[in-house]
Amino acid sequence: MHFTRIIACALIGLFSMAAWAGGGAVTPLLPKMQAECSSCHIAYRPNFLPRVAWKQVMASLDKHYGTDASLPAADTAEIAAWLDKTALDVGEAPPNLRITESFWFKRKHGTNHVKAEVWNRASVKSRSNCQACHVNAAKGDFNEHNIRIPG
Amino acid sequence: MKLTLTTTIAALAVALPFAASANPVLDGYKAEIKGTFTVAAGEKLYNTVGPNQLACASCHTASPKNVGKHAKTNKAIDPLAPSVNAKRFTDAATVEKWFKRNCNDALGRACTTQEKGDFMTYVLSIK
Repeated sequence: MHFTRIIACALIGLFSMAAWAGGGAVTPLLPKMQAECSSCHIAYRPNFLPRVAWKQVMASLDKHYGTDASLPAADTAEIAAWLDKTALDVGEAPPNLRITESFWFKRKHGTNHVKAEVWNRASVKSRSNCQACHVNAAKGDFNEHNIRIPG
Repeated sequence: MKLTLTTTIAALAVALPFAASANPVLDGYKAEIKGTFTVAAGEKLYNTVGPNQLACASCHTASPKNVGKHAKTNKAIDPLAPSVNAKRFTDAATVEKWFKRNCNDALGRACTTQEKGDFMTYVLSIK
């Protein structure tokens, strides 16, 4: 009995590690969200912003980081409801509602990881251009082993 | 007689697609304002730089036949001209969605039906 429990715990631990390392299955996005977001940029993962921030993003699509990204009301409502259900209720909205200004993003992409000069390369252009380095970002794969910094 | 009839039917089959206007979405705009659209007005609109220093051409390039590039995100934009991208101008809701967004970004205002019709007439004329 006790032994079984230890095995079970070990297995759960392994699976958690796999998920943590980005090797686990990626939650599929709502197909409508995938289609609409990715017509201009990759569809960012729901866990990149806290629920409260997604709410604000979805309420201001007509002023979306300097661009009009408005959708028909029914589509906006469908995506907003899915994000509300899927995103986590953790922390506050980052400054300017930007993923790239989140504490976790800045820590992961600080100068000890990414040289300042890399951000200015034409092949990168913007911090929001995840797939410039995270080559499988569009599939939700941000595993650090799948990073290729472009020249 | 029989031959004539066959020939007539064959001729109609060839002619009909041309007799109808080139595009149902454009027909919708035409019916809405009961007006006419011109290639020249559409081309002028395509190259008009608005208050945000953006024109349609900024992202869609000088020719709607080219692959474009999103001004902010760098994402490749499939060609706009239906002559090279058959998916364009096939769904009225999609066309409306992009006119709403892009007129706002490029011109800082909504486009009129006249402008939408002129724009489509120009882009459809690009072979």
